Amino acid sequence: MDTTIQDGGNIEGLGNLSVNKQQSTSKYLKLSGLEPLVVTPESNFINVGERTNVTGSRKFLRLIKEENYDEALDIARNQVEGGAQIIDVNMDEGMLDGVYAMTKFLNLIAAEPDIARVPVMIDSSKWEIIEAGLKVIQGKGVVNSISLKEGEETFIAHAKKIKRYGAAVIVMAFDEVGQADTYERRIEICKRSYDILVDKVHFPAEDIIFDPNIFPVATGMEEHRKNALDFFLATKWIRNNLPYAHVSGGVSNVSFSFRGNNTVREAMHAAFLYHAIQHGMTMGIVNPEMIEVYDEIDKELLTYVEDVLLDRKDDATERLLEYAESIKGDGKVVAKQTKEWRNGTVQERLTHSLVKGLDEFIESDVEEARQQVARPIQVIEQHLMTGMNVVGDLFGSGKMFLPQVVKSARVMKKAVAYLLPFIEDEKDSTSKGAGKVLMATVKGDVHDIGKNIVSVVLACNNFEIIDLGVMVPPEKIIETAQREQVDIIGLSGLITPSLDEMVYLAKELDRLKISIPVMIGGATTSRAHTAVKIAPEYKDTVVHVNDASRAVTVASNLLQPDTKHTYASDVRAEYDKLREGYLNRTRAKNFLTIAQARNNKYPIDWEAFTPLKPNFIGTKTIEVALAELEPYIDWTPFFQSWELHGKFPAILEDKVVGEHATSLYKDAQQMLQQIIYEKWFTAKGVVGIFPANQVNDDDILVTNEDGENLATFLTLRQQSQKTKGAPNIALSDFIAPKETGKTDYIGCFCVTTGFGVDEKAKDFEASLDDYNSILVKALGDRLAEAFAEYLHERVRKEIWGYAAQEELSNTDLIKEAYEGIRPAPGYPACPDHLEKPTIWKLLNVEEQIGVTLTESMAMWPAASVSGYYFANPQSRYFGLGKIKEDQVADYANRRNISVETAQKWLAPNIADV
Amino acid sequence: MSRIEEALQKRILVLDGAMGTMLQRFKFEEADFRGERFKDFQHPLKGNNDLLSITQPEAVKSVHAEYYAAGADIVETNTFSGTTIGMADYHMEDLVNELNYQSAKIAKEVADEFTAKEPHKPRFVAGSIGPTNRTASMSPDVNDPGYRAVNFDDLRVAYKQQVEALLDGGVDLLLVETIFDTLNAKAALFAIEEVKEERGVNVPVMVSGTITDASGRTLSGQTVEAFLISISHIPILSVGFNCALGADQLQPYLKRLAQNTEVAISAHPNAGLPNAFGEYDQTPEQMKELIRSYMDEHLVNIIGGCCGTTPDHIKLIAELATEYTPRNILVAKG
Repeated sequence: MDTTIQDGGNIEGLGNLSVNKQQSTSKYLKLSGLEPLVVTPESNFINVGERTNVTGSRKFLRLIKEENYDEALDIARNQVEGGAQIIDVNMDEGMLDGVYAMTKFLNLIAAEPDIARVPVMIDSSKWEIIEAGLKVIQGKGVVNSISLKEGEETFIAHAKKIKRYGAAVIVMAFDEVGQADTYERRIEICKRSYDILVDKVHFPAEDIIFDPNIFPVATGMEEHRKNALDFFLATKWIRNNLPYAHVSGGVSNVSFSFRGNNTVREAMHAAFLYHAIQHGMTMGIVNPEMIEVYDEIDKELLTYVEDVLLDRKDDATERLLEYAESIKGDGKVVAKQTKEWRNGTVQERLTHSLVKGLDEFIESDVEEARQQVARPIQVIEQHLMTGMNVVGDLFGSGKMFLPQVVKSARVMKKAVAYLLPFIEDEKDSTSKGAGKVLMATVKGDVHDIGKNIVSVVLACNNFEIIDLGVMVPPEKIIETAQREQVDIIGLSGLITPSLDEMVYLAKELDRLKISIPVMIGGATTSRAHTAVKIAPEYKDTVVHVNDASRAVTVASNLLQPDTKHTYASDVRAEYDKLREGYLNRTRAKNFLTIAQARNNKYPIDWEAFTPLKPNFIGTKTIEVALAELEPYIDWTPFFQSWELHGKFPAILEDKVVGEHATSLYKDAQQMLQQIIYEKWFTAKGVVGIFPANQVNDDDILVTNEDGENLATFLTLRQQSQKTKGAPNIALSDFIAPKETGKTDYIGCFCVTTGFGVDEKAKDFEASLDDYNSILVKALGDRLAEAFAEYLHERVRKEIWGYAAQEELSNTDLIKEAYEGIRPAPGYPACPDHLEKPTIWKLLNVEEQIGVTLTESMAMWPAASVSGYYFANPQSRYFGLGKIKEDQVADYANRRNISVETAQKWLAPNIADV
Repeated sequence: MSRIEEALQKRILVLDGAMGTMLQRFKFEEADFRGERFKDFQHPLKGNNDLLSITQPEAVKSVHAEYYAAGADIVETNTFSGTTIGMADYHMEDLVNELNYQSAKIAKEVADEFTAKEPHKPRFVAGSIGPTNRTASMSPDVNDPGYRAVNFDDLRVAYKQQVEALLDGGVDLLLVETIFDTLNAKAALFAIEEVKEERGVNVPVMVSGTITDASGRTLSGQTVEAFLISISHIPILSVGFNCALGADQLQPYLKRLAQNTEVAISAHPNAGLPNAFGEYDQTPEQMKELIRSYMDEHLVNIIGGCCGTTPDHIKLIAELATEYTPRNILVAKG
């Protein structure tokens, strides 16, 4: 079926739409659900799902009548999964309250992200049902339909409202006289409707979709002979004469007289659609199970069908009827596709259902899991929590969004509901009710997904939940907690002001001498905030719960009669310590003056150590083939840049992201080979090694071999008070001080693989290929890092040569198991970006390899790495941490810039006063 | 073309920064919120920032003045929660008309003072229309996904009242902002269109959504493109994003917006992401550098700040804006 529609779509894309081709992008029909649907001249035929229609589907009608909305939603979901790009919803049935059913069903769809991603077509002949639908869709849908049937005034009033609600509209070829049934009547009514809409209502022309009436053919009535042909011609006329307007229709009508003979009907639908699309029909209501692939229609049958549709022979109908008799009953049997994910283990299936929010198989899978464990509760604790953890991880990394998580929670709930009777059966007196927990999102905050998940998880574990919902004022929380004698109060919040609300509530609880432990959770909350700001306000326990899976453990610990006191005092002690640590860290008292810090520099016994003279002194440029860099690539950060977290290569096997990671890795490898063999980028580097000495404690004086000064590197010194014996390090400590009389050496470098990256990325962007655009940039970055690693190795073994004997594997390289370091300005050991211009000058970087510095000292092209080389065996990476104003002033003086400017550049590292 | 549309053609306009952050500096207590007039009001009022337009008007005016002095072209009225729905929390539904009227009036007074002083740089007042604290397309009850705590008509009626009072108070334009549920925004836009038609006036409308997290979607689940399509049915002055994210996190979404529309683009990001204590650490200098990247890419026509931004932030951003030309736009008709 897909092929038919796409074939048709391609044909449409090629021909016939001269009007549309000249349009600016703003004149395209644009619709939206959670995702956009833009109809351009290049778009394939837009397939409107038709099974959520009570007039067309007996099953759907029955489900709606029985208020079985779960199964009704499955019908909608199947349509979207089956390729429907819009879903038509119709509740026009005498026995139904149409306004209620439309509102209810569309509200339920809104909670199903895999359905709600497509736009909705609100289908009704009653205005009040249409308007009810318009009031509940957040996206831009389509109204199906309005017409001039009840006169111009009503038509204008409705069109105006539709425009104000923000929807496109289908206009039936129908007027005060009746439904258009000839070519002339069709174009007359469509033209009149169009002019009114565009001139009087100022309705956007691109939001107008005509339905010029698809009527049955081969009925035996002479006046029906041209029904299909007239539709085709009217469609073509509309597309050529009513700029930007579209044409739609309900295809199955055409084969009405062959009900019961699916082979003929399917062939008729396919052939009708083929010709309609060629004439300019852009969308339509099609049952994907009732259509044949045009090219696969039996040639003889196709001839009879097309004779009828195109009215090519006087006896076309008789001949088709005759042929139809001969094949009657030979309906196509479509084997129900088995879903591949159903072949996984029970854990994999449960995880899949939870992640996808599917409840179709949840009960049978849960039952299967239950049979495998000793106690039913274990299914919750093991299988379901494993699945919910995956959901949590995906949500945390932005790969699921809130509505999907809510769906997962609902499936979880169903799973638990199924298990509850089993759990209760085996309950003995000791396991009766684990405790009563009040849950609330605090005042001013509407976010409750996390809270709901925690509620569900706790409920699953036998806790009784009193959920007060969102925006709950503190008085209500306290009042309810006391009245219901709850055992725990759970507070949640996502926005930052909620933090203050929680502090306020803790104070109130304390003031009222209430003694109920409090659990804190939600996106902005943290252990640090809880320990520093909330816990001190309340004498009972306050504990932060960082994710739903920990909630059960924490809640159980809080209530376990024999251990709860120990637990409470443990939490208290832990938070006291955390708070003290935090307060100490932020207070000024724990810093040394810069003079004191200098007295505690990194001790190297220079008497006993003589630096090795490098094999090479001076600067040189390095060129290398990209292929040589490939083995030096560290893939772990590559996956991090795609928010796939885990170590390479283990990440390829990871349960959660392994599949994504593997496919990404495959694409990356493929592109990498192209980069290498088609020479997309060039790798260029420059390296320099110079005599150097530590001077004035924190500076490194760089000279040439004749002892003439070339440059001074300024380093920054750790200033926080260390434990006894630990030094306050500056990078300069790794270079022999001038006073030792020994000549030491320092190196520096800049490498790039960035030339060519932006161009490639832009090419991809131009062809709307964001994926490859990001991929090419990520690979550029990885190659630059690989180049830095490659060059460092050559420096150690050959150019400088201080580690000529070194034999390290690639993994060792990544683990930095080598001797000496290559710190980079802007990174923890030397956060000062202003060192870069010194390197640039010393190595003449810009002239040598073309890499430039922006005014904020970023390297361009971005895929570049620069830094220093230190060879001393004791040199190591460290973090500068916070420094004090005295060092900032001293640094400004050394750099010969104002203290203000220095503060600006070093801001992230300056301790709060 | 209105004056603001003329100004938009010529330069990048600057919107003010956070009101809440600035009001917190006054450290108002319950008694200050109440003032003389509400000293016996039967419910707590601390935290009802919108009320300060009535009980502490000088404080609110001083914040507006600080932002104008920092270089803002547009300040927002102190009416983020000024609907019957938002005020229900404080049992102050009856005050909605006065609250919006007064907020608009005092902001306009300050604007006029500055315009008189600097006629070459006219100052504007945008009526701030917040999202309310309820969502029309999501259920607050996980067990009943079809339930809605508020519906389109509730919102439309509430917004209409706010819009009328803001216009009566003299605002130059309307700003439907911090949209986390597009259906709420559609109700606001519907109400605005009703008022425009009934009064025969044309008032420019800015629309600003909120991308809540790394998924790149609104809270109600829409992508940037879907959001844009869903609010494009009425004429708008600008579309953009504010709140929830810092300038750097917001940039990719602004780009996607800019690629798909010809109307003006606005942005008022937060001063970075909040730290563990809910405070915003991004300095004016840091934020300026991030905003510079918007300007380098010609992404915006209107730029300002949301949570955590101060007049110091706006001052640097305003200085920066003068160095750049605005993004090319079509001015909305209608």
